Amino acid sequence: MSTLTVDSASADAFLASRRGLGETSRDRIVTALRDLARAVRSSDVQMINRAQLGHIGGDFSVADILATLYGAVLNIDPHHPTDPERDRFILSKGHSAGALYSTLAHCGFFPLDELETFAQPLSALNGHPNRVKVPGVETNTGPLGHGFPVAVGHALAAKLQGSARRTFVVMGDGELQEGSNWEAAMTASHYHLSSLTAVVDRNRLQQGARTEDTKQLEPLSDKWTSFGFEVREIDGHDYDQLLTAFEPSTTARPVVVIANTVKGKGVSFIEDRVEWHHKVPTTEQVEAALEELNR
Amino acid sequence: MTAAVQVPTFDCRKAFAEELIALAREDDRIVAVCNDSVGSSNLTGFRDEFPDRLINVGIAEQDLVGVGAGLANGGMIPFVSAAAPFLTGRALEQIKADIAYSRAKVVLCGQSPGMAYGELGPTHHSIEDLSWIRAVADLPIVVPADPAQTRAAVRWAAYHSGPSYLRIGRFPVPAVHADDTVFEPGRINQLTDGVDITVVATGTMVSRALEAAETLRAEGISLRVLNVSFIEPLDTEAILRAAEETAGVITAEEATSTGGLGAAVASLLSQHRPTPMRILGIDRQFAPTGSTEFLLDYFGLNAAGIASAARELSAR
Repeated sequence: MSTLTVDSASADAFLASRRGLGETSRDRIVTALRDLARAVRSSDVQMINRAQLGHIGGDFSVADILATLYGAVLNIDPHHPTDPERDRFILSKGHSAGALYSTLAHCGFFPLDELETFAQPLSALNGHPNRVKVPGVETNTGPLGHGFPVAVGHALAAKLQGSARRTFVVMGDGELQEGSNWEAAMTASHYHLSSLTAVVDRNRLQQGARTEDTKQLEPLSDKWTSFGFEVREIDGHDYDQLLTAFEPSTTARPVVVIANTVKGKGVSFIEDRVEWHHKVPTTEQVEAALEELNR
Repeated sequence: MTAAVQVPTFDCRKAFAEELIALAREDDRIVAVCNDSVGSSNLTGFRDEFPDRLINVGIAEQDLVGVGAGLANGGMIPFVSAAAPFLTGRALEQIKADIAYSRAKVVLCGQSPGMAYGELGPTHHSIEDLSWIRAVADLPIVVPADPAQTRAAVRWAAYHSGPSYLRIGRFPVPAVHADDTVFEPGRINQLTDGVDITVVATGTMVSRALEAAETLRAEGISLRVLNVSFIEPLDTEAILRAAEETAGVITAEEATSTGGLGAAVASLLSQHRPTPMRILGIDRQFAPTGSTEFLLDYFGLNAAGIASAARELSAR
């Protein structure tokens, strides 16, 4: 049973790049985020093909959100993945593990070539993330509706400790059909957890059909407002909008970012098609995808 | 079955609450998390002294357990407390994924377990919890038998390296241990040195097993009473030794007999030392209406039931 550790060179490069961004223009930051997201998608599609399993649609819809958080927002250090004062990030839609693993590897939390072990026997890189084995993972997710309550607990701990650290959680939109999320939303609001940012990857598709045909989520923004959140609705593939949306709360309220996304974003034949929830690309399709991603 | 001397009995929730407050005074990482159950978890004293460290998520058990996992990851020591049926039933997947599988150091406190809520009925009984929780990996199950063990269990759980499930009794029980008895995690306390038949008992059943030992002494049957405060991990050594040194083993628990203590002991003995056994518990039934005392008698979970099982085994 393997447990992963930091890739020092890669972590140093990541940290240097993050430091450099602090002194540069928004355009330069956006370019860096686009590069990171492209790398994440490219690694991911190859991982899924190699493993013959994965969730490419949701991985690609969340890739720009992850790239923005890791590339420019989260206060984290791959050399010290359990630093008590680190910002917390939870991927509640744990089936998008491929996107998370790719992101963590590109940031140096573990060596990039470990991605080749994804879903292989005894690999640390299970089909869903495991915090005990993978540095950078904060809680084990997979069953839906789990990450948000845990994130609320993180934010409560920070508040009790008087810490300024922030907590981010990304949920799928279909996942909002789980009632536990709304229990957590009430708690976050009741305790005024303004250091908490919930992100909804609003790609409008779930495993079997469109969200609105399965169990309607709209009016989604109104729901969050009525639960006491500061709502920021954006294009979840626009880095500039993502960066602005991830700025701290301007009120005493927790923030929700409704990130309108396209499932499978970045590869035309995968985009917005329900069957690509967990369809596996052929080798030819991987070639075509890489060509399109690097265009 | 009239007790010759009336012994004082205790609600273990009081010992739980007192010890938790004492811990909280020493360590500001201690927090209590509850689901509106401030009163039934006996947390009013805690709330009065540490208002900020009593997190009440309202009537929302899935959120309750998830929030506990997050608090643990954030460096706190959360005691997540709720009536046992709702904590373990409603939030079982959170207990599995967020706590045990994630190794979040949370103390899950199942209050008023077994049939403590007597007349409120099977919705409020927690007789399935031992079977459910025992099926989850990496989650110790602690069932204190009296106030002294409850205090020791609370203190142990706070500083154990991983999560745990504490079953905190409401039904009044006599003290079976002196206050200074050593609490050894994972070890059975042998309360009588019987040589004929062994009773492996947990929680409310321990004092009843001692009562049965008294009754049988007069009949020339010598009962060895083992108090199992850790159902997981089980002290297999003490049980195997008892199976070797006595002619039969009786298990007794205020829980279904499907997957709790009896099942654990049967699994151990059938594979390593086949031994005549009787498993006392509730045999896949929902309880009828009645008080806790009535229901314990109804299911034979009393000294008479234990004594009768012991007579059967010793007559073989």
